[in-house]
Amino acid sequence: MTSSAVAAQVRRASLQRTGVDVRSAVFQGLLALCLLFSLTVLVVLLVDVLLRGLPVFAARGADFLTSEVVSQPDRAGVVQGIQGSVLVVLIVAVTAIPIGLMTAIYLEEYAPDNRLTRFISVNIRNLAGVPSIVYGLLGLALFVGTFRGLGIGTGGNGRIVLAGGLTMATLVLPIMIITASEALRAVPNAIREAGYGVGASKWQVTRKLVLPSAVPGILTGVVLSLSRALGETAPLILAGAVLGSYSSGDKDFVEQLFGAYTALPMVIFGWTKESAPEFRELAAAGIIVLLAVTLLANAVAVYFRNRFERSW
Amino acid sequence: MMTTATPPSPAAETSPKRHMDIRIETRSRTGDEPATRPAPVIQMEDVSCWYGDFRAIRDISLDIRTNAITALIGPSGCGKSTLLRAINRMNDLVPGARLTGKVLYHGEDLYGPRVDAVEVRRRIGMVFQKPNPFPKSIYDNVAFGPRVNGVRGDMDELVESSLRRAALWDEVKDKLKQSGMALSGGQQQRLCIARAIAVEPDVILMDEPCSALDPRATLQIEELMIELKENYTIIIVTHNMQQAARASEETVFLTMGEERAGFMVEKGPTSEIFTNPKNQLTEDYVSGRFG
Ligand SMILES: Nc1ncnc2c1ncn2[C@@H]1O[C@H](COP(=O)(O)OP(=O)(O)OP(=O)(O)O)[C@@H](O)[C@H]1O
Ligand SMILES: [Mg+2]
Repeated sequence: MTSSAVAAQVRRASLQRTGVDVRSAVFQGLLALCLLFSLTVLVVLLVDVLLRGLPVFAARGADFLTSEVVSQPDRAGVVQGIQGSVLVVLIVAVTAIPIGLMTAIYLEEYAPDNRLTRFISVNIRNLAGVPSIVYGLLGLALFVGTFRGLGIGTGGNGRIVLAGGLTMATLVLPIMIITASEALRAVPNAIREAGYGVGASKWQVTRKLVLPSAVPGILTGVVLSLSRALGETAPLILAGAVLGSYSSGDKDFVEQLFGAYTALPMVIFGWTKESAPEFRELAAAGIIVLLAVTLLANAVAVYFRNRFERSW
Repeated sequence: MMTTATPPSPAAETSPKRHMDIRIETRSRTGDEPATRPAPVIQMEDVSCWYGDFRAIRDISLDIRTNAITALIGPSGCGKSTLLRAINRMNDLVPGARLTGKVLYHGEDLYGPRVDAVEVRRRIGMVFQKPNPFPKSIYDNVAFGPRVNGVRGDMDELVESSLRRAALWDEVKDKLKQSGMALSGGQQQRLCIARAIAVEPDVILMDEPCSALDPRATLQIEELMIELKENYTIIIVTHNMQQAARASEETVFLTMGEERAGFMVEKGPTSEIFTNPKNQLTEDYVSGRFG
């Protein structure tokens, strides 16, 4: 055999795989297992909820959505919960989202990069990690307290949906600021310089170049904020949402706005504490409604995010 | 000369009268120079730039000739970009950057207390090393500058004429609504040039505009520069000695000292710098003997 033939054989042998790469296979298997585990948990939860909740809809249909949170399981519904949750989300949407976005714009685009700015940024991150019950305490002292002082609410107790909504707004504000800041920081500096290079002012660069490029990331922050506001329960317990059955009677919308309120997670939580087994099913049905509302809110934000999706 | 070179724009009409007075005064002062030498557009006097405590360029004094192409050459890190960005106050945007000395534009101190950096950048445009079109359509890329500067009138015509002057019109006239980012690198750079000239600047700064381009696109840009110099003053940073030799009238050679602060070694007509430099450092650099 000539030496070049030997070389060719060696080359072929080394190019052809011999045996299995055990470590790589094991690692890949482990990753798949983790995925499977999280998926299983999710699917089990969902199936369990659907199995128990769907019969309620089958039996009562839309009646469940339009009935009040009363103590008789066969007549109880979630209408006040839906109203309360939708109002809380709206309040968060018109307060925390614009304030959070503008804070982020200030911190990222305008504030000088000094110790104070960095101190503030770090502490906003810390605030995002504060347990939600602490925000509940804040809401109780600040918002419920203020409205009580003003004599608003049932018997002037200050426990109105505005207090709950504002409490949720303070809770999601750090999340909104952080995600919007990150979205702004991800916009390449070359785009800003190009704008300044043709004589645009800081405001024009921010408004016409940076913000449009950051929209997808900002809307991710909106999705996170709204989902959080819909799902949190603990702060609302303190911020005056009604736990358990109550009737709004025939109060009109404005009267309800300044009267007792509740939210979907509160209703669900209330039902899970009841001893009668029928309430378990109601709770499951309530969870389905909550999931649907959350998905709907997110779908709107995702729709806008996809419309603005840009690449550079 | 200057007033005919700068096409009238609304921004120029609204700028304070003060500018005009000083300009006239400056011209009469330099009036006793030979008529063949128009007053320089940019004059730098003892300019030093710092990034924090680090001095990037040291005591640079030079004049930039009107309606000519001036090339800035020198080793990497010697401060060519810094010098260029000092001219249109782009370094203002870098936190901690500062400048001493004077940068005069038609005799006006660009770093004077009441000077508006935004207006400076409109009059002294810039093309960057990496093509950086906005994530917008080709049309909007060109129209952005005029729009933010409040230009009224026929935008379609302005976009077309800017793209024509940048030698890009024929390639993009059927896809003006497409994203500027979807063009090739060379087309993107010409789009950036069109964007820069759309605001009718008087000086165009180019920081290695051809470093990402193939030889053909490079030649296209060079031809374009030579056409543009009829109406504009161009300052170009380049690492390509042939490019400097081919395209420029004047060449400025910078290098850096021990403490890494860049300084100017010499400046002169390009032909002299390349064939008969006064300084040994220049000769070593242009003949490729630089470390
Ligand atoms: N934003 C900045 N912050 C701090 N230092 C900087 C900054 N920009 C540039 N420098 C420093 O200033 C010096 C000059 O940089 P500059 O970019 O002007 O060099 P250059 O001649 O353009 O180099 P090149 O040919 O590689 O582009 C370098 O030492 C660089 O590290
Ligand atoms: Mg450079």
